[in-house]
Amino acid sequence: MGDHHHGPAKGLSRWLFATNHKDIGTMYLWFSFAMFLVGGAFAMIIRAELFQPGMQLIRPEFFNQMTTMHGLIMVFGAIMPAFVGLANWMIPMMIGAPDMALPRMNNWSFWILPPAFLLLLATMFMEGGGPAFGWTFYAPLSTTYAPPSVTFFIFGVHILGLSSIMGSINIVATVMNLRAPGMTYMKMPLFVWTWFITAYLLIAVMPVLAGAVTMMLMDIHFGTSFFSAAGGGDPVLFQHVFWFFGHPEVYIIILPAFGVVSQIIPAFARKPLFGYDSMVYATASIAFLSFIVWAHHMYTVGMPIAGELFFMYATMLIAVPTGVKVFNWITTMWRGAMTFETPMLFCIGFVVLFTIGGFTGLMLSIAPSDFQYHDSYFVVAHFHYVMVAGAVFSMTAAVYYWLPKWCGKMYNETMGKTHFWISFIGFNVTFFPQHFVGLAGMPRRIPDYALQFADFNMMSSIGAFIYGASQLLFLYNVIATIVGGKPVSDEKVWEGAEGLEWTVPTPAPFHTFSTPPQVR
Amino acid sequence: MRLFGDNPVALTVAKMAAVVVLMFSFVFVVMVPLYNVLCDALGINGKTSGQRYQAASIQVDEAREITIQFIATNSDGMPWEFRPSQTMMKVNPGAVNDTVFLARNPRPEAMVAQAIPSVSPARAAEFFHKTECFCFNNQPLDGLESTEMPLQFIVDQDLPRDIRTITLSYTMFDITEMASGAVASR
Repeated sequence: MGDHHHGPAKGLSRWLFATNHKDIGTMYLWFSFAMFLVGGAFAMIIRAELFQPGMQLIRPEFFNQMTTMHGLIMVFGAIMPAFVGLANWMIPMMIGAPDMALPRMNNWSFWILPPAFLLLLATMFMEGGGPAFGWTFYAPLSTTYAPPSVTFFIFGVHILGLSSIMGSINIVATVMNLRAPGMTYMKMPLFVWTWFITAYLLIAVMPVLAGAVTMMLMDIHFGTSFFSAAGGGDPVLFQHVFWFFGHPEVYIIILPAFGVVSQIIPAFARKPLFGYDSMVYATASIAFLSFIVWAHHMYTVGMPIAGELFFMYATMLIAVPTGVKVFNWITTMWRGAMTFETPMLFCIGFVVLFTIGGFTGLMLSIAPSDFQYHDSYFVVAHFHYVMVAGAVFSMTAAVYYWLPKWCGKMYNETMGKTHFWISFIGFNVTFFPQHFVGLAGMPRRIPDYALQFADFNMMSSIGAFIYGASQLLFLYNVIATIVGGKPVSDEKVWEGAEGLEWTVPTPAPFHTFSTPPQVR
Repeated sequence: MRLFGDNPVALTVAKMAAVVVLMFSFVFVVMVPLYNVLCDALGINGKTSGQRYQAASIQVDEAREITIQFIATNSDGMPWEFRPSQTMMKVNPGAVNDTVFLARNPRPEAMVAQAIPSVSPARAAEFFHKTECFCFNNQPLDGLESTEMPLQFIVDQDLPRDIRTITLSYTMFDITEMASGAVASR
């Protein structure tokens, strides 16, 4: 590479051969938004079918594919790549690095994602249809009784797992080796810290997921019996392996969201984050605990009482570091000079709604009462409060917060606030009633339901359509900003924002920190 | 490490890649065997202990009477007629008991089956010793053939006092394809 300064390549090759962390971050973000719309469309089909009891629009087999694909696409296609994109954009700028440590691998980890999801989506057009066994793909539903397309699903999971592993290794290598002089670990912004820990979680559990799907592949094609009782295997083993991956996975989704919120709240409260050190230790504790609580997803499989108690207490323990975080955010806002721009609104929405999701999580952690809640709509309501109001709200906040820095133009604040309020109301109208139908006994993943659940389900569906439509407003606002937003030139776009990313020019030039800054 | 000389990034990547390989092998080398060992040792999942039963001193406890119930179920798509010769037995702890299960293959072609046992309550599993069982082997039957399959068991004297009934359930699986070495092809 020559030592002259060069800008981005022209045309398609800029993106295809991209090694610049900002370009790759942008691609991740757009890809994940596209997947968010696809997964959202599936959710709209689900809610349209559930608008009234009885079968109106689609067949039950297709309904099962919709619930499965909605979960898979949203978890692996929308939320995870969105945070990886954000990490690509922000981590080098936050720690004063010129780029990610491994730019070529970075390109590869992005570009294998679209084929993986094309493969996954293509299964829906294959004989027997796509995966219809739920996003948790429990054996034997996903082995003995699976459609033939399951092999493509397995291959897709292998590829996206590989992409996540490479992305995480890149993040760990960047954070460990490319920090600017003076940027000690305990001076790193919390978004960097949460991603650093998340990357370790991904490196630890993505191979477990790969192992689980490999065992499925072997059971289906090579005559082994890991999960088949007839050959001496055990379907319950699948659930243990899956949730050993699956529980850290839900923290992989939420920890970067914690990081985002910890960046934005201090900026708009105009106060430094309260309890920085405790935030770091709380994040690490949550990551550690995530490895020893997996069986709380499977209280009903027939565990010994000692096991139920262990997983119950360990799960409740997670409320302690999470509570530390919530109180720290509230204390940061306390007596701050707060203003309520769109990113801040989404963060406050996050704190309120995520806390509700946390409390329902505590209810679910109680083993004896979980037997009632298990596989009901109460669970659906719980994880949408933490996944949507948690991960998606914080992601939206992040886009509004950093968009002016990325493209040098200000979004339309009125439209942003409208987006927040429609989202907030739509979200709650969708998911709050699901607590009630769940407690009353409506099971999840069913295309039809008993008549007494009709009113709440109709509310849920109306809320879902409102929430879905509000995302189109978001898309419009972002495009309108990029195309013709009001230019901003201040390095520090937000008055209260702190951090190295606000010391570079706006919009952020193609190359930043070619000479590392000195951090004091 | 000299191998990576002055390149700290390569060293980090090598360490992380090692973790990936380690965790992938962990699933196969540790999780699967450990799961089976734990189920075995704790008698959970209704699995009877794989350890050989050591009859310390056969003392038949005439004062206690345990009801043993037998259940036979066919797994999905299994056509065999499969039932216990007697659905209930009253036994004394320590005594050796014999019974048979009956099976008939109604199809004209030969088939191979495997019975998978489960004991309920799960707590009783480690006190239920099978000294001879048709579930130890697979069961080949010619077309239209029927057979009597023996079961011999001892209920341990140490069975907790509050357990008065034990249910032994078998599920019969069709493993003809697996047994013939033919891999299920899709």
